[in-house]
Amino acid sequence: MLRYIGKRLLIAIPTLIIVSIFVFSLQKLLPGDPILVMAGEDRDPQVIEYLREKYRLNDPVVYQYFYWVSDVLRGDFGISLRTNQPVLTLIKQKLPVTIQLALMSMIFAFAIGIPAGILSAVKKGTLTDYIANIVALSGLSIPNFWLGIMLILFVSVRLRWLPASGYESPFVDPLRSFQTMLMPSFVLGTAISAALMRHTRSAMLGVLQADFIRTARAKGLSEWVVILKHTFRNALIPIVTLSALIFGELLAGAVLTEQIFTIPGFGKLIVDAVFNRDYAVVQGMVLCTAVGFILMNLVADMLYVLLNPRLRGQS
Amino acid sequence: MKWKKFAFVFAVTAALAAPAFATDLKIGIGEDPDALDPDQSRTFVGEVIFAAMCDKLVAITPQLDLIPQLATEWAWSGDGTILTMTLRDGVTFQDGTPFNAEAVVANIDRSMNLPESRRKSELTSIENVKANGDLEVVFTLNAPDATLLARFAARSGAMMSPTAFNAAGLDFANGPVCVGPFKFRERIQQDRIVLDKDPNYWNADAIHFDSVTYLPILDSTVRLANLRSGDLDIIERVAATDLDSATSDTGLTVAQSPGLGYAGITININNGAGADTPFAKNKLLRQAFSLAIDRQALNQVVFNGAFTPGNQPFPPNSPWYDQDIPVPARDIDKAKALMLEAGVDSVDVALTVPNNPQSLQIAQVLQSMVAEAGFKLTVNATEFATMLAAQTAGDYQADLVGWSGYVDPDANLNQFVTCAGGINDTKYCNPEIDELMSAARASTDPAVRKQNYDAARVILNQDLPLMYLYHSTWIWAMDKGLTGFVPYPDGLIRLEDVTKG
Repeated sequence: MLRYIGKRLLIAIPTLIIVSIFVFSLQKLLPGDPILVMAGEDRDPQVIEYLREKYRLNDPVVYQYFYWVSDVLRGDFGISLRTNQPVLTLIKQKLPVTIQLALMSMIFAFAIGIPAGILSAVKKGTLTDYIANIVALSGLSIPNFWLGIMLILFVSVRLRWLPASGYESPFVDPLRSFQTMLMPSFVLGTAISAALMRHTRSAMLGVLQADFIRTARAKGLSEWVVILKHTFRNALIPIVTLSALIFGELLAGAVLTEQIFTIPGFGKLIVDAVFNRDYAVVQGMVLCTAVGFILMNLVADMLYVLLNPRLRGQS
Repeated sequence: MKWKKFAFVFAVTAALAAPAFATDLKIGIGEDPDALDPDQSRTFVGEVIFAAMCDKLVAITPQLDLIPQLATEWAWSGDGTILTMTLRDGVTFQDGTPFNAEAVVANIDRSMNLPESRRKSELTSIENVKANGDLEVVFTLNAPDATLLARFAARSGAMMSPTAFNAAGLDFANGPVCVGPFKFRERIQQDRIVLDKDPNYWNADAIHFDSVTYLPILDSTVRLANLRSGDLDIIERVAATDLDSATSDTGLTVAQSPGLGYAGITININNGAGADTPFAKNKLLRQAFSLAIDRQALNQVVFNGAFTPGNQPFPPNSPWYDQDIPVPARDIDKAKALMLEAGVDSVDVALTVPNNPQSLQIAQVLQSMVAEAGFKLTVNATEFATMLAAQTAGDYQADLVGWSGYVDPDANLNQFVTCAGGINDTKYCNPEIDELMSAARASTDPAVRKQNYDAARVILNQDLPLMYLYHSTWIWAMDKGLTGFVPYPDGLIRLEDVTKG
């Protein structure tokens, strides 16, 4: 198993290099000049020239890439052109927020999506199935920003139950942290739960038709044992795959939700950095989310092995 | 025993009650500031933070008069080239460093010479600055500069601790130390900036909060919702479209002030290939375009009438406004006549606008208005960084732009219309205008300055390198319990004498 993990991590290195080259070149292809944005309203030519030299923007793009890589290898992710804060500090500030939001959203998504998927598969063609499908479709089609603003207006402004926005670290004030995250993670979670529900349903339907399910029923097992132990376990593989992908995506930040609830996570920072052409920040953040994505896929692969005994020999 | 018990209960109660007295003020701001260093800062919202953290040499009144802050008095030499300032006595920086003439010299030196300083172009008239004793500073200028005092009322006059900036260098932005009502505690980018009251501040009696927290919330509707839910005490830049709903809320107070800046259309007159158009070459077409715009209607449609229609770099209520050239009414017939005079009946114009709903709406309103006079306006929406780069490079025909404005009129005009102006992206060049602008800058007599600006206005109103459209109004909304807030035309939030009921 350890060898397997080690191998997977080694394969991840070229992936990271390709990602970083890709992001670096895409950024350079964008029109617009970070220094012009940074120079301020007066755009003093002296300052502009100085900053260009300082951030080595006059050098060929290939050189710039290698400067960046060599700095990163020495643990220096550079500083934000906009605020002078080190990129590493920004990552340290934002990562816990993003992970917390991702985890809480996934909890909501699992709590809603999986039971609904199982139920609609088992009760296929009944009213329950239709209702679950309608709910799932609404979850997919209601835009996050609309649901977010509605929740703020109703829950925060009208009822005053939860804070409208903002963020608090769980290590400073766990209750407040939970309260501020409740609405955003619900908004994100419902959208994800719809996809999860659809996948759970179709996976369950596939397994329910298998011969071993008929055998299990013939053995006289209770229906819930058949569904949860025999069917659901076998239907888990696609669900795990999807969940890992979604979780990976969440680590890249949820821009709209973060914007509406003013959550200082990755998404908002990356978007702002792109608009300001804050190269170092974009590079650092993308590298960080790429690592997150790779790790999540590794976790998924390991879960497959846990879930499916047939795969154990192969690893 | 009983006494002990009482003492214990008292101690516990006191301990529990103490934090309850600590009052924090929560302010919702429209965006996350850039570097928190007055020399490196370039965003408006950064100035909002500095208003609570860094005092300036000079302050302004809501009527834009210059009054003492860290300098208690000042005097000009007869020829306007020497400015002598007397400093406030007994003031210390937030780190305990004494504030004196040496500190002012170090500050001006940093603003002028730090390679990253964005203040250089504001202080070019200073030849040298010297301390004369502990509390007197003498500025020697290379030419008379009437704009300098107003610069000292903004970031160029913000006083930072030399101990702190010498030790931290550029990192000063991550732990700024100034003279001011509140000192820096922490910043989490895009989340919050927290300041604590400085008990040693020279005017500490006027400050009634123990701390102030700035929370950047980009969406103005969400900002307002946060105020309504009680999570914020005050918000800046309420959207004009939310003004009615904020005013009708009985739990809120709304404050307004006309701003110092303008919004308008920058036209490429002579800047590269983008200027190779009839619109750039013929001023009659630009005059026709301007006459085809109903500025009043634009204000009603896009801003619910909350802003002020305009045709000059200063709003109509400004003392610098030329009353002889009022905001023109829409006149399609005259516009068509001018087109005819120019020998055309239809002209294509490409207008680049920042990619946000409000700018797009303005562009669409303009599009339909000028179409009636025969202009085919194409609207190109692009994000700001791209637009800025294209504008500087001359790769544009006309841009919809805003300018936040300064206290001194010079900053709203000079750099945009003079031949060598650093931000003259139209590349309009007229020696007559240059002469008038220099004369306005050189005189400290407001009447003489106004005369020069008025003379320039007559020419610019014919040539129209910049076509002004409206002046925005600053709108703040706050909890009803908050009293003492004074709206300023610079849009900043000053916390002196503000209390929470």
